Amino acid sequence: MGEREEVKLLGTWYSPVVARAKIALRLKSIDYDYFEEDLFGSKSELLLKSNPVHKKVPVLIHNNRAVVESLNIVEYIDETWNSSRPSILPFYPHDRAIARFWSAFVDDKWFPTLIATTITKSENAKAKGMEEVGEGLLLLEDAFISISKGKRFFGGEVIGFMDICLGSFLVIVKARENLKGENILDKSKTPSLCKWANEFLSDDTVKNVVPEIDRVVKFMREFEAETQTRAS
Amino acid sequence: MGLISDEYVRLLGAWPSPFVLRTRIALNLKRVPYEYLEEEDTLNSESVLNYNPVHKQIPILIHGNKPIRESLNIVMYVDETWLSGPPILPSDPFDRAVARFWDVYIDEHCFTSINGVAVAKDEEERKAAVAKLEMCMALLEETFQECSKGRGFFGGDNIGFIDIGFGSMLGPLKVLEKFSGVKFIHPEKTPGLFHWADRFYAHEAVKPVMPDIEKLVEFARLKFNTSIFK
Repeated sequence: MGEREEVKLLGTWYSPVVARAKIALRLKSIDYDYFEEDLFGSKSELLLKSNPVHKKVPVLIHNNRAVVESLNIVEYIDETWNSSRPSILPFYPHDRAIARFWSAFVDDKWFPTLIATTITKSENAKAKGMEEVGEGLLLLEDAFISISKGKRFFGGEVIGFMDICLGSFLVIVKARENLKGENILDKSKTPSLCKWANEFLSDDTVKNVVPEIDRVVKFMREFEAETQTRAS
Repeated sequence: MGLISDEYVRLLGAWPSPFVLRTRIALNLKRVPYEYLEEEDTLNSESVLNYNPVHKQIPILIHGNKPIRESLNIVMYVDETWLSGPPILPSDPFDRAVARFWDVYIDEHCFTSINGVAVAKDEEERKAAVAKLEMCMALLEETFQECSKGRGFFGGDNIGFIDIGFGSMLGPLKVLEKFSGVKFIHPEKTPGLFHWADRFYAHEAVKPVMPDIEKLVEFARLKFNTSIFK
């Protein structure tokens, strides 16, 4: 093997989408240098230079070329280190299309609906939002049963693309459940997803990569207090 | 037992939709024979509801009996399934990541800006939407210069993923230009895009399926009953 390839990841410890990149790198056993960005303070020169359009994390810099957007990064990692097992995206084009469809559903519909319920001041809007979140989870429960075919993950025996996409949001979901006493992932409604969630969070590639739930709870509490202070 | 690529292909679509156009261009590029089914009323269509219960939207590609949904997903699926035609996405992982990035940008920023201009309720809203769209064009001009490297298309010598993603927006852009009086693809401000647009329109995979501009204008007038179209 030649010299060590230069892989850098710009991120923040609390960001679920940054966790996606970390999990993918871990799955492929890739060494990398991690740089923590202070998005509440000022963004680094490197971040502004490598993601000039959106100025967001995560950014993967591989041999001085920047790849941005979390799912893009995951696909890039899978294609670049394609000789390292496991494969992250499924093998067949139709299964890949299904994985991409559901990940778009999570990113474009489900998660934004969940976030909106944390921001809204209207109790009505919040209740409606949470109902939609619940409906979305029922769809994802069906999708999981159909895609996993009895195995532990969407990807089968090993974590795959869809696991990374939805799984990266689990810590926030659990932190939210802790903080607000809500029951978002309900065993009586989505038993397979609940089982999958435990499998995902206890998997070796995920365990030490995603932030601890308690730390996120504390962060959410402080963030909420901060925004309320600013508003008053 | 035949090849997966030999199975019957149907496409549920609607002629004004730029998203449907993307999928038709991709299928044409790969010379895939398919049956096209025009869905006039997608919200009340049984087929659409059956094959895309989550979003109830077209395009939907039905290959064999399997539905594939969402235009960019469908384009990628076509690229990955019919390997004998010209490649739509580049082979290098970095170039693929760049192509995917720009198509997402086109959907999330360009298309929403185009809509923004169309649905603007007053002059102020319209001005803001126009400014945003002009910014998108400037960025895409830069991208074109970088990606084409002096050749005819974003994809190089032949049309690729970004060409299809952005080219499908040329119809709506022309409609907006007609009504707003603003030239979004401009011979001086965006020279690369200006000449690329002509080449795109003339491409053999595009020409037969590009909707007629006058028809699109009429369609927009009926659909958007907003100030810009009066």
